[in-house]
Amino acid sequence: MLLAVVGNLAVIGAALAVIGAGIGVGYIGGKAMEGISRQPEAMGDIRANMLIMAALIEGIALIAIILSFFISAAV
Amino acid sequence: MLLANLQASGDGDDSHWHLEDCHDSHDEQFDVSGTALHHIGDANVYDFSFFLFKGHLSLPCILYAPGDGPNSGLSVFSSGKFKPVDLHGNGMHSNKGYILLESKVHRVYDPSFPDHSTIECVSHKKEMVNGKEKEVMYVKVQGKEYPVDVKSTLDGGLVGGGITSFYDFSITKNVLAMMLIALILGWIFIGMARKYQRNDGKAPSGIQGFFEPLFEFIKDDVAVPMIGHKYLKFMPYLMAIFFFILFLNLFGQIPFLGNANVTGNIGFTIVLAVITFLITNFNGNKDYWKHILWMPGIPAWVKLILTPIEIVGLFLKPFTLFVRLFANITAGHIVILSFVSLIFLLGNSGESVAGGYGGAVVSTLLTLFMMCIELLVAFIQAFIFTILSASYIGAAVEEHH
Repeated sequence: MLLAVVGNLAVIGAALAVIGAGIGVGYIGGKAMEGISRQPEAMGDIRANMLIMAALIEGIALIAIILSFFISAAV
Repeated sequence: MLLANLQASGDGDDSHWHLEDCHDSHDEQFDVSGTALHHIGDANVYDFSFFLFKGHLSLPCILYAPGDGPNSGLSVFSSGKFKPVDLHGNGMHSNKGYILLESKVHRVYDPSFPDHSTIECVSHKKEMVNGKEKEVMYVKVQGKEYPVDVKSTLDGGLVGGGITSFYDFSITKNVLAMMLIALILGWIFIGMARKYQRNDGKAPSGIQGFFEPLFEFIKDDVAVPMIGHKYLKFMPYLMAIFFFILFLNLFGQIPFLGNANVTGNIGFTIVLAVITFLITNFNGNKDYWKHILWMPGIPAWVKLILTPIEIVGLFLKPFTLFVRLFANITAGHIVILSFVSLIFLLGNSGESVAGGYGGAVVSTLLTLFMMCIELLVAFIQAFIFTILSASYIGAAVEEHH
């Protein structure tokens, strides 16, 4: 099963964007865990806000991925 | 019409027809990205299968080619004229200068193209068009090669490639899915509204039990905190986009019903973001525009720097709105299709049986896991779109403290 390595720099750009998303969402998750451990009765509110923030940050990372698709198709 | 198109496999010799590649470049490798992009894209035919039951619905094609040419003007016909259609969505016959390649309608501009002819093979060539290198498809009919035009997209063929020359207004798979979901939603909600009128004051029953918590959740946690006391004016819009996006996301996940991927289509999400943009800005009061164009409370030289930034932000917020929805749904679909393609890659496209079976086990588990995540993403993305739209509308109608 020989797979050729093809691609261009846009692919590397997309992968780098995921690093940022990973760090950001991981930070949110960590802080949310801390918040829940400090005040367990606020778990519902914290969980809802955590999901909203995670979706917002992932949106930005996915913008980078979609732009890399377009750029590698346009070239 | 539906019964006439249902077929069991083995329906005469035409059903085993398969469009070949002209240059006989049989590379044994399975084309993963091409398959993935074909399955998440729009299609002019609707194929759905349910274990052994195969159904094929030929949708009407409404095409308009401006300018002069052999088939310019409006053409309306059923895509059944391209039949028989092979498994990749290539139609064997041509009709009025249009052909069906990879489930999408393409046009041949050449006036000498014979009508109702049989396509022999297709080839892809890279050539310079208007100074840019694009990949152009050629079909060979009766020994002669003709270049093929793709439908026009507003980006000038940026993503599609090829020469664009006609407008495709047909009822495609996505349009049919949208109309179907809109009818289902209308039926459910009008029925529920009538039930609420009849059983005024009584406990909810039946399907109200499913929709009422969602409805109350959007009203109490999205509309009222974000918009304030004027929320009733915008509630219909928020409800509409929440349930429409939710149902379309879920419908695109069902593999049996032809995988009609509507929210993964960037044209659809752009329209939703434009509607949010228009509603936000038409309802903006004086405070809102003052805050954007000439923010009070800061020194004058800061205001000059801040105004262009705010104007860019005005357009950037709906931009992120639609790209977020489109990218999340499309990325999920591409990952699921890649996992399914893993079967073909590991089984070496049918040569290695052990690899194929092992690959099937691994791929099924991974796909199951990914589909659970996709279910969560469907709900979350519909909710995020709604709450951000509500937040922008709330910022526009907010009154001075």
